[in-house]
Amino acid sequence: METNNFSIETENLSLWYGDFQALMDVSVKIPDGKITGLIGPSGCGKTTLLRCFNRVNERYGNVTTKGEIKILGKNIYDSDISLLELRKTVGMVFQRPNPLPISVYENILFGLRIHSQFRSLTRTQSDEIVEEALTSVFLWDDLKDKLKTRATSLQLEQQQKLCIARLLPLKPQIILMDEPCSALDSEGTLAVEELMSVLAGQYTFLIVTHNMAQARRISDECIYMFLGELIEHRETQALFETPEHPKTADYVQMRYG
Amino acid sequence: MNTETDVSAQTMFTETVIGRQNRYIENVVKIFFLFMTCLMILPLLLIIGYLLYKALPVLSFDFLFTNPKDNMRAGGIWAPFLGTIYLVVVSLLVAAPIGVFASVYLNEYARDNWFTRIVNLAVVNLAGVPSIVHALFGVGAFVLFSGMGESILAASLTLAIMTLPVIIASTTEALKAVPMSFREACWNMGATRWQTIRRIVLPNSISGILTGVILQVSRAAGETAPIMFTGAVFFKPIAEGNFLAYNIFDQCMALSLHLYTISTQVPDVAEGIPYATAIVLVGSVLLVNAASIILRVYLRTRKRW
Repeated sequence: METNNFSIETENLSLWYGDFQALMDVSVKIPDGKITGLIGPSGCGKTTLLRCFNRVNERYGNVTTKGEIKILGKNIYDSDISLLELRKTVGMVFQRPNPLPISVYENILFGLRIHSQFRSLTRTQSDEIVEEALTSVFLWDDLKDKLKTRATSLQLEQQQKLCIARLLPLKPQIILMDEPCSALDSEGTLAVEELMSVLAGQYTFLIVTHNMAQARRISDECIYMFLGELIEHRETQALFETPEHPKTADYVQMRYG
Repeated sequence: MNTETDVSAQTMFTETVIGRQNRYIENVVKIFFLFMTCLMILPLLLIIGYLLYKALPVLSFDFLFTNPKDNMRAGGIWAPFLGTIYLVVVSLLVAAPIGVFASVYLNEYARDNWFTRIVNLAVVNLAGVPSIVHALFGVGAFVLFSGMGESILAASLTLAIMTLPVIIASTTEALKAVPMSFREACWNMGATRWQTIRRIVLPNSISGILTGVILQVSRAAGETAPIMFTGAVFFKPIAEGNFLAYNIFDQCMALSLHLYTISTQVPDVAEGIPYATAIVLVGSVLLVNAASIILRVYLRTRKRW
């Protein structure tokens, strides 16, 4: 990573669902340790692009991919890539908070448990890991007495933060977020945004959002996509204030009237 | 404020002619549907009431645990009762694992391609095959070709093939009820499909799966045709009160066939006996169904999302 300033690089990436081409020749470089926003109208391939980066697209059926994706400098279509290891490094947070229907405690440890030998975690180790993960998403004080409660019964905001927290024990480098705040109220949205800006630097964030104000608030760089094509990728402020491409200008200004 | 607006304000929310008609139709329709629902319950109550009324003089603990006597004109139903238990248990032991695991594969692993489409088509068609055809297949495949002879094993396997499609269908439904987002969460943390299934999907669908499997008991217990040529016999007394009295390579009696025999083939059977036999058959099935409901309720209290 020292010599490489980009966490994610794609080169002429195209993707088809069956016959439908969802991504067209996307070449993009996502900088290390920053928050990059991904905006564009519905169905323009933002989520598809996001799912390429941990190759989870392949689980959704008839998908063909062409082109190159490098994560931390390594081509993830190389034959020696383990998808399970890749997905440890590249975590994902979803539109609707999806904590697993087990306790808060087990949610945090789930990732570690599936990646380590059976019963190799001691009680003290796991206690520490849970505390650390919950502390870094500002949930420890709220949840330290509720570790045994079912994660699906928490408030939505807590659930979404938990979904971020459960990635952390796996020591990810990149966190992909697919409209992480669209199910939250404005307070929850702000809390998650604040959390992201605290964690940025340690992790590279790539966030899909429909909320332009949000993209503007939190992202350092911003990408505008339209119908599977990458239209413009610049610093956020520049993209919003002086868009180069007329399509970007239309989109950005239409929303801002 | 003038009087004109006053009048219109007073009649503002009163019922119009069309409104009254709609309300009337609404009530008629509701009562009609309620009536149909009652019609559905009525036969069950009548059947069970009639059976109980006719059977009560004969029903007793002894009836259950003694063999038929005097050419099946008297005595109890121990041999057919135990035979039915054997047939049901063995057929479920075969059908449940195959059905459940096949369904897990189809739902969790298989992609939508020609192979899965053929399998799904086969399942649907297997469910539509008449039971007498299953019987014929059982005779050919198990009794004759595999050399099992007429035996509990051959009859159970025939029953198993018959119940398989329904077990697959109910398991599929239970698995589909687990939200996709749980699977996504697991996959995106690098869980394999098996880890996802074992830790998340199965614990949250086990109640539905078990219910589906248990409900097949009623179907297997009631069938006559598939066991008639493959392992069930008219009369075969066994040691009374011994639950291990049958060997799975033996033939056995079965409640459904026994009921048919004493109702139509044997003259001068004491009047209550066929009814009591029917009550035991229906009663055991209802008991098993009740058990499955209790199990489901219990398992459901432990899951919530």
